[in-house]
Amino acid sequence: MGGGSTKAESPSEFFDQAEYDRQLAMRSKQPVGPADKPWEQAIEPQMVDTAKYKKDGPYNFCFSNASVDNPWRQVGWKTMQAEVKLHPEIAKFTALDAEAKDDKQISDMAELGSQGCSVLIVSPNTTATLSPAVEQACKTGVPVVVFDRGVRTDCPVTFINPIGGYAFGADAAEFITGKVKEGGKVLALRILPGVDVLENRWAAAKLAFDKSKLNVVGVEFTDGDPAKTKSIVSDYLQRHGKLDGVWMDAGATSVAAIEAFEDAGQPVPPITGEDQQDYLRKWKDAKLTAFSATYPTYQWRTPVIAGLKILAGQEVPKQWKLPQPTITSDNIDQYLLPGMPPLHYALCGCKDMPGYPQNWGGTS
Amino acid sequence: MNRSLVPVLGVLAVLLIAIAFVNPNFVDPPVFLAFLKRAAPLALLAAGQYFVIASGEFDLSVGSLITAEVVIAARLINGDADATWWVIVLLLVIGALTGLVNGTITTRFGVPSFIATLGMLLILEGAVFLWTDGAPRGALSDEFRMFGRNNVVGQIPWSVVILLLLGVGAVLLMRSDFGRTLMATGDNARAAALAGVRVSWVRTTAFILSGLSAAVAAVLLGGFGGVSAQVGRGMEFAAITAVVLGGVALGGGRGSVVGAMAGALTVESLFTLLNLLGVSGALEYAVQGLIIIAAVAFTSRRTDEHPRPGRGIRRGRAHHSVLK
Repeated sequence: MGGGSTKAESPSEFFDQAEYDRQLAMRSKQPVGPADKPWEQAIEPQMVDTAKYKKDGPYNFCFSNASVDNPWRQVGWKTMQAEVKLHPEIAKFTALDAEAKDDKQISDMAELGSQGCSVLIVSPNTTATLSPAVEQACKTGVPVVVFDRGVRTDCPVTFINPIGGYAFGADAAEFITGKVKEGGKVLALRILPGVDVLENRWAAAKLAFDKSKLNVVGVEFTDGDPAKTKSIVSDYLQRHGKLDGVWMDAGATSVAAIEAFEDAGQPVPPITGEDQQDYLRKWKDAKLTAFSATYPTYQWRTPVIAGLKILAGQEVPKQWKLPQPTITSDNIDQYLLPGMPPLHYALCGCKDMPGYPQNWGGTS
Repeated sequence: MNRSLVPVLGVLAVLLIAIAFVNPNFVDPPVFLAFLKRAAPLALLAAGQYFVIASGEFDLSVGSLITAEVVIAARLINGDADATWWVIVLLLVIGALTGLVNGTITTRFGVPSFIATLGMLLILEGAVFLWTDGAPRGALSDEFRMFGRNNVVGQIPWSVVILLLLGVGAVLLMRSDFGRTLMATGDNARAAALAGVRVSWVRTTAFILSGLSAAVAAVLLGGFGGVSAQVGRGMEFAAITAVVLGGVALGGGRGSVVGAMAGALTVESLFTLLNLLGVSGALEYAVQGLIIIAAVAFTSRRTDEHPRPGRGIRRGRAHHSVLK
C-alpha cells in the first residue's frame, strides 16, 4: 500500500547534475537587458557573432511549430503573431503547425526549406527526433532559431528558453517545504511521465523533498484532466484523513485540486500552480497559501526579436536564457488580469501589444 | 431477479468489500456517497449505451459528445448564471440531435453503427478543436456546476439523486412496450419487423437516448471537474466496458439496464481500488481492455450454453428442460 510514493523513479534517467546546479544558480542571477521587457532579457549571455547572416529586408520569417493543442501554446502562438505584426520589415510570415507529430514537423521543415526563408524559427515537438531535421536545416545556411523545447545539436544560431524545469520544480518544492511543518503529508501531482521539461520539474522537487522532513505520501499522474485530479485528491484525503501540501508540476489542474479540498469541507493546504488566470483568481478570492512557478509564454516573442537581430548582424546569446519569475501573495495583483479567460497565462508579455485583450480572448 | 445480474453483482460486491478493506472510511455514508457521485456520469452513460447495444448497435460517439457539450456550455454560459438553464436545455437538444443523426445514418443509409458513430466521434472531436483552437474558453456558472458538485440536502449529492431518478426511469422504460420492442429488435430484427416492430425507429430512439445520457453525463462531469477539452476522452469505452461487464450481450437482445449500471459501478470501483492500491494511470486502459475481452467471452460462453429463443436453435433449451 501507499505504492504511490514508490512509483516515481529515482531522478537518474532524466537527471543532469551540472544542468541542475546551473539552473538553480541562475535563479538568483541578474538578467541583462530592459527590466520591463523580460522577453528581451538574457541571463549570463555568451554572445555569438552573426555578421555572416546580415541581410537587408524585407524579410520572410518561417516558423515550424510543434503544435497549438494546449492553452499554453495557444497564448504563446497569439503572442508571437502579434510580435511579427510589430515589425513592418517582416513582409511575410509562414508558419506550419506540426499538430504534435514528429513526422509532420520533419516534412514541414523540409517544405519551409524551399520557401526562401530569411530565418527559420523552430519549436521542436520532441528533442531526439527533431535534432537531425534541425541539423539539416542549419546546413542550408538559413539562420535557425530554436525555442521552448531543445534539440541535441548546437547548430542553431541561438536557443531560447526560460531558466528551465529544474528551477521550476525547485521553486515550487521550496515553497512547500517552507510552508509545511515537519512530517507533513505532501501529495505531488504530475501531468504525465516521459517529457523532459516535466521530468526535470519533478526531479528537482524530489531532491528538495528528500532533503526535507516532509512525508511525500504520493506521486500521481493526472493526465491534465480536472475530474481525474479531483478524484485523486479526494482519494488521498480519504486515505490519509488530510493533506498538508500539494505540489504540482503544471497549473492547469490546480483549481480542480483546490476544489477537492473545498468539496471535502477541508481547508486548502499550501499549494502550487502556474500563472493561469483561473488559479490566480481562486488563490486571491479564497486567500490561499499558494505559489506559482512559471514557464513564461513571453518566450514566444523572443525568437522573432532574435531573428531580426541576426538579420541585422547584431550579436545574440548562444543560449538565450530568459528570466522565469515566480508569483507569490506579495505580487499576485500584478498578474491578475480581470476580463481575461480562465486559461490565459499572465506572463504572456502581451499586455501592451496591439489587439490586446481581444486577440487573447479577453474583454476590456 | 434476472439471472444475468448475478455475476456483475458478485464482482461488484467483492470489489466494494476490497475497497472497504483497504480504506475502512469507505463505509462512511459521505465517503460512499462521494464514490456514487463520481460513478454517476458513467452509470448514466452506460444506461444510454445499454439501449443502443440491446438494440444490436454501438455508440462510440458519446465520449467526444460529452467533451463537445462541456466546451459549448462553458463558451455560452461564460460565467453568467442567467444563461445556465437555456444552455442545459440546449445541451439536451444537441445530445438528442446527435443521437438522431447517428440513428438515421445507421438505419436509413445502412452504415454500420460502429463506423457511423466512430465517424461522429472524429467529427465532434475535430469540430471542438477547430472551434476552441485547442483551448476551451469561457467558464461554467456555479448554478451549472451545482449538479455535478453540490449536495441536494445534507450529504446527498445531486448526482446521486439524478442517477436514481433516471435509473428508475430507464428500468420503467424497459418494462414498457418500448423495452419489449427494443429487446425483440436486438434479438432478431427481421422477426421483430415481421411482427410489426418499426425496427429503424426503435434503433434510432435508442441512439437518441444514448445522446441524451451523454448530455446529462456532460452536465455532471462539467459540474464535477470544470471546463476541460478532454473531459469525455475514453468515456465511450468505459461505458461499453460497463455494459458488457453488466452481462449485456453485444449484438443485442440480452441483458438488463440495471446490469449495465451495475457494470458502471463495478468499473468505477475497480479504478478506485487500483488507485487506492497505488496502481493507476496507463494500467487503467489495460485493465479495461482485459475486462471487455473477458466479459464478452464469458457472456458468449453463457449464450452458447443457453441459446436464446428466436435464433433458431431451440434444442439446447429443450434439452436443458428435459434434464430438469
